[in-house]
Amino acid sequence: MAPAADHATTTGLDSRKMAIWTFIGSECLFFASLISTYLVYRGKSLVGPFPHEAWTSPAGQHFEPILEIKLVTVGTALLLFSSLFVVIALNGAQRNRRGQLLTFLGLTIMCGIFFVGMQVYEFTHFVHEGLKLQTNLFGASFFTLTGFHGTHVTMGVIWLITMFILALRGKVTPEKALNLELAALYWHFVDVVWIVIFPVVYLMK
Amino acid sequence: MTAHADIAHGETAHEHAHPGIGTYVKVGVILFVLTAAEVAVYEFGYNHAGAGFGALLHPVVIPVLLVLSALKFALVAMFYMHLKQDSRLFSSLFVFPLIIAAVVIVALIALFAYHYAFQKLIH
Repeated sequence: MAPAADHATTTGLDSRKMAIWTFIGSECLFFASLISTYLVYRGKSLVGPFPHEAWTSPAGQHFEPILEIKLVTVGTALLLFSSLFVVIALNGAQRNRRGQLLTFLGLTIMCGIFFVGMQVYEFTHFVHEGLKLQTNLFGASFFTLTGFHGTHVTMGVIWLITMFILALRGKVTPEKALNLELAALYWHFVDVVWIVIFPVVYLMK
Repeated sequence: MTAHADIAHGETAHEHAHPGIGTYVKVGVILFVLTAAEVAVYEFGYNHAGAGFGALLHPVVIPVLLVLSALKFALVAMFYMHLKQDSRLFSSLFVFPLIIAAVVIVALIALFAYHYAFQKLIH
């Protein structure tokens, strides 16, 4: 069903899609402020643990570089795959292929849950290693940036689970595929934010 | 009004010409390869920077990572978020704040770099 058939808009575009894009635009500025804060404080911590360098405290306690690149690379790959899965699910919804919709929406949710799990593990590991929000500038900016991103992923997973339940009840029809498209757009945005965070936080020394 | 409705209808029809699964999978493979390239750049550029390819890569690790990241960002936005097919108004709603965001990041980095340089100078 054409968006204009739901209700007329001056642009001819669906107002819900305009709303999600406006929201995504505002979110760009939100994450820009967090990324700038991280970059501004990068390398300015006076005490460790540090992201890429080992550190020994004045008391003689030794800390290895704290970031786990291998683990986060797996999380990054999962998030990228989830973006692929959600567009295939949307394709299924638009073409009334219920099996395709449910399978790939389910896979997207699984990837999202694994990503959040990876982040929970990473945060717990850091706290055990001695890096907390109040430890140093790296801890403060890192937990704030990646924590807000993780919260966004969690909200996205909840939204996608809602869509999955609706799909199970047969309520994600080709006529209502836009509802899934809005959730997918939000999910892709969460993915593109991570595409920026991954090299900036984890790969750049 | 009729002309406006025609434009609206045209945009709506255009909006729905989303790519097929084949294109999505191709983009997915490219994204995966680019991510692997990012990690390889990190590994060679920092951990094997002593000689050979790593030594060549070391001075340009950050620009290369930024380019790879920008490529991935553009691919997701164009193909998965359908900005390549959808109305240009959606692209504007995304790109305009993105430009402001980039300016904010660059301005803050420059401002604080100046601040830290000034602090070093007076101490």
